[in-house]
Amino acid sequence: MQAASEPIQELKLVGICKRFPGILACDNVSLEVKRGEVLALVGENGAGKSTLMNILAGLYQPDSGTISLNGEAVHFKTPNAAFAHGIGMVHQNFMLVPNLTVVENVALGSKNLHRFMNLDLNGARRRIKEISEHHELPVNPDAYIWQLSVGEQQRVELVKTLCFGAQLLILDEPTSALTPQETDDLLARLKRMTAELSIIFISHKLNEVKALSDRVTILRHGAVVFNGTTADHTPAELAALMTGHEVTLPRNESHDQSTEVILSVKALRARGDRGNLALDGLDLELRAGEVLGLAGVSGNGQRELADVLAGLRPVESGTIHFQGKNLTNHSPRRMIEAGLGYIPEDRHHEGIVPSFSVQDNLVLKDYASPKFSFSCFLKLGEIERNAESLRECFDIRCSSTSVATGSLSGGNIQKVILAREIARCPKALVAVYPTRGVDMGAQEFIHTQLLARRKEGVGVLLISEELEEIMNLSDRIAVIYKGRILKVLPAAIATREQLGLLMAGVVNE
Amino acid sequence: MNKIKLLYRLGVILTAALAAALVGAMVLTAIGASPIATYTTIFTGPFADKYGITEVLVRAIPLILVGLGIAISFRSGILNIGAEGQILMGILASTAMALAFPGAPKVILLPLMFMAGALGGAFWGGIAGFLRAKLGVNEILSTVMLNYIAAQFYTYLLRGPMIDSNELLTGSGTPQSMRLPKAAWLDRIVPETRLHAGLILALVLAFCVYSLLWRTTWGYRLRAAGAEAKAARYAGVHVERSLITAMLLAGGFAGLAGAVEVSGVHHRAIEGISSGYGFSGIVVALFGGLHPAGIVPAAVFFGVLLVGADMTQRSAGVPANMILVLQGVVILAIVSAKMYINNAYALERFARFFRRSGTAKIPRSVKTGGQP
Amino acid sequence: MNSGGMIYNILSLGVPFSVALLVAALGENFNQRAGIFNLGCEGIMSMGAFLGFLPAFFIKTGPLAAHVNLLGFVFAMAAGALLGLLFALVTVTFRASQGIAGIGLQMFGWGIAGTLSRHFVGGVTGVEGVPAWAIPGLAKIPFLGGVLFNHNPVVYIAFLMVPTSWYLLFRTPWGLKVRAVGTYPRAADTMGINVNRVRYQALMLGGAMAGFAGAYLSLCQAKMFADDIVAGRGFIAVALVYFGRWNPVGILGGALLFSLAQTLQLSIQVGGIKFPYEFAVMLPYVLVIVVLAFTRKARMRGPTELGKPYNREMRV
Repeated sequence: MQAASEPIQELKLVGICKRFPGILACDNVSLEVKRGEVLALVGENGAGKSTLMNILAGLYQPDSGTISLNGEAVHFKTPNAAFAHGIGMVHQNFMLVPNLTVVENVALGSKNLHRFMNLDLNGARRRIKEISEHHELPVNPDAYIWQLSVGEQQRVELVKTLCFGAQLLILDEPTSALTPQETDDLLARLKRMTAELSIIFISHKLNEVKALSDRVTILRHGAVVFNGTTADHTPAELAALMTGHEVTLPRNESHDQSTEVILSVKALRARGDRGNLALDGLDLELRAGEVLGLAGVSGNGQRELADVLAGLRPVESGTIHFQGKNLTNHSPRRMIEAGLGYIPEDRHHEGIVPSFSVQDNLVLKDYASPKFSFSCFLKLGEIERNAESLRECFDIRCSSTSVATGSLSGGNIQKVILAREIARCPKALVAVYPTRGVDMGAQEFIHTQLLARRKEGVGVLLISEELEEIMNLSDRIAVIYKGRILKVLPAAIATREQLGLLMAGVVNE
Repeated sequence: MNKIKLLYRLGVILTAALAAALVGAMVLTAIGASPIATYTTIFTGPFADKYGITEVLVRAIPLILVGLGIAISFRSGILNIGAEGQILMGILASTAMALAFPGAPKVILLPLMFMAGALGGAFWGGIAGFLRAKLGVNEILSTVMLNYIAAQFYTYLLRGPMIDSNELLTGSGTPQSMRLPKAAWLDRIVPETRLHAGLILALVLAFCVYSLLWRTTWGYRLRAAGAEAKAARYAGVHVERSLITAMLLAGGFAGLAGAVEVSGVHHRAIEGISSGYGFSGIVVALFGGLHPAGIVPAAVFFGVLLVGADMTQRSAGVPANMILVLQGVVILAIVSAKMYINNAYALERFARFFRRSGTAKIPRSVKTGGQP
Repeated sequence: MNSGGMIYNILSLGVPFSVALLVAALGENFNQRAGIFNLGCEGIMSMGAFLGFLPAFFIKTGPLAAHVNLLGFVFAMAAGALLGLLFALVTVTFRASQGIAGIGLQMFGWGIAGTLSRHFVGGVTGVEGVPAWAIPGLAKIPFLGGVLFNHNPVVYIAFLMVPTSWYLLFRTPWGLKVRAVGTYPRAADTMGINVNRVRYQALMLGGAMAGFAGAYLSLCQAKMFADDIVAGRGFIAVALVYFGRWNPVGILGGALLFSLAQTLQLSIQVGGIKFPYEFAVMLPYVLVIVVLAFTRKARMRGPTELGKPYNREMRV
């Protein structure tokens, strides 16, 4: 329907370079995909995968290099040009306009439904029906995007891309918000689709790569370091290639249980941003010297729970006790003073003030303490000394501690936050998606730090969407579903399948 | 890299200045005035004699004070457009104070007057701060509305309750208050001119604002809340309270500017005292980079512009509204240039273009200029 | 005066009073729906009022004299679109902070209108303006006829703009694009929508409408030009967009509420209840603040990216 193009027999990228200020995101990258093939594009966060694919989708322009389709050189100046050649991308952050309906979202990108002063919504509806029946992807065309769950949005995103006539599907980390079962389901569906189209599958989860792809291309620091057939290599080999060295993420091996409860949440109810009851009678106990992993599909109340614990979201009913004191509905300042450390979800906007220097950010919670101030005056010398010593301890890589923190890389920003929180000697630490989007080196460092705090008797509440991370680090794992804790399992006996079912809300007795 | 960066920034600033001057010139041409002659008069006229130079400083005093307040509010994440109204409230409050204690000695009356002026302005600014913090009312709209309301209230008081009784007796009915007692007059620091001791106050306060914002926990809190409210909130800063504080301070400075203007120049509340200082103050604050060290020279620069514009009105018949045009263009040019100065992408393109156009001296080091 | 007569007076005066606010706010709505907060509306209206007035002031005889008002509206809309273009250049291409740029544009437009009028017109002079035109038949309906169908033709055009804007926004491809770029520009971009182009178009349309509203003030309402003729209506229009929750029908309600409140206050004064004139003038401004204080943000409906510039190459 959308500019019916001939099937893509072969897509070739040769010598693609793309530079962003201060970073070479793609360094002479070449790869190719043939019809009916699944190519996995693998690499760490920041390796340049998304940039490369955005170039292919017409969103960025390469500085040099060529793209050729069926042996013919093409140049995608806009996303439209890419669609017209049958290239469709499913972005990691879904590209759906939340205050439009599904059908409006599809109509937005389908230029052939645009008539002067009239929009052919029925045409779009028919097209959606056709595609969703053909590929067994049920969607409700008249729902608003903001009403849909993450899983449903993913389906809509897929249907939308297919409606635009995609012959080659680029999927950017499509499984990051899904339960293990949903992931298996998606992989099976994609496998079936290869009968008709080619797929480029971007992921850093190597077991999925192994399950789905025919060939794999590995990027490191913007350059291709490996190109080969998936079947010939083990996940461990691929992992080593991806990071450039053997990285063994630390594991929580000891399972000696302490019994001293330091944070206890009872029958907690709180509302989300849309006024819905995001936490609906949640009970949770965090013990001293343990890592409690909170697993769940995002959007089930993790964000709201974290906000409540930070003192930023009002509690409707229920209680929060911290070290025996009732801290329900106390201000963020009181929570901080009580000894609760916090690593927020959005590190760029919640964890640091980007325009402040590293020095200033390291005292964001303590600028008014006697250590860093005298009466109402800041002790600038002390603040600088503090920054220098933390920079050393936490291996924060910056040219000087007076540069703006926002200019650092994601991993280093996370280290700044971690340094600040740990230097405050918290009794309990809430870490929300602490390793999202950071490279392996930083990830390893953060994990080691969390386990070290555990050893010192700090209770760590780890909220993450990476099951592997949770299973590696936790003593106990709690599964959150629709604002409640469905079950708490000792990590030693929890299995992936069991957790996956719980994350989908299935409790088998 | 740094050489290119410097060149780039200079280029951006020059382009912006040129664009602003060009647009002004177009308007001048449209009304049949010679742009070059007009600009020459504006920028050289004020320096012709002692009176011109001191007059520039007289204009700079309220601009410094208002600009300092605006800088505090902008740095704290609240865009105060309401200085004009806050100045008027400051004038009213300080005038009322001076007229209420006509017999008080200078050492008591002047501080009382300034305090009243600052409180009047702070009250007016605080309304907008409160509305934004507690009810989420867009502060730009509310401060603009408060300007209109203050203007009406000012006229009402000067025509009615506060009018000079002599005006009623003679029947001329000019809306103005009684003349302030001599004890409420700021001393003139250069004889036979209007330059008054308010200049010293303004400079001292500029230093105080610098210390406040960058040396105290108060300022840290304000700036953190302004730069990234979310992060400040997570760190335990009460952002709403900080917004209100910022508006109280901003309003206080504007109100003080009004009080100083009454006490130093006019010696009574009359219509048109402010003559747009509230809006010029925004331009001054932006032009000065929202930093006291920049605001003081920026205020002097705009003092030249204001005095010069007055002169062109008298000599070349260029309407006084022309100053609004220039200020508007300057704002547009500054905010545009500001984004470009900090735009790493544009800098990168510039650097690449610079290299391509054959300057072999600059090494290829731009590639790794950022963080490892 | 009996109360029926008073209500009639308030309504029949209030309806034409609402036009300038209505048209400017409908135009601002396009800007905001596309994600741009245009506080320069006030300045554009000043320019519109001046340029709308200019032909009627200069051309008193000759073949064009019969069309001076039409000419005025065309000039005003053209100037409005141009100022919209300037604002687009600053906020979309240069990605400048919109709130402050808007104040800059307001001073610029207001300043030019004042400068030019001092030079070309001098003092305050009246023009004939647009005469009333009763709709045949409908104007005869008792009560309603006088309230709704006995005004100058521009009033009818303005009210037709409400359904037109609604249709444009919710039923056309362009409207869909506008709503998308104001809410999630990156998503629109990945779907092949040229975000900047749509924002430019929306700003030019909004500017033209603000110019139209300004010309209405000088040609139909005041029938003269003074440099403070707009008197904050541009800012009130911006507030009305919030009040109407980015929907043309809501905006119509807000514009009527405002103008009726104003005429109510006028007729109370005429009715002999005395309070200072200045307080009467204050009323609409106070009302704006009150209305804003009690308008909650409609989270999922409005343009959530309002005020944020879009940079495709910015990495997320």
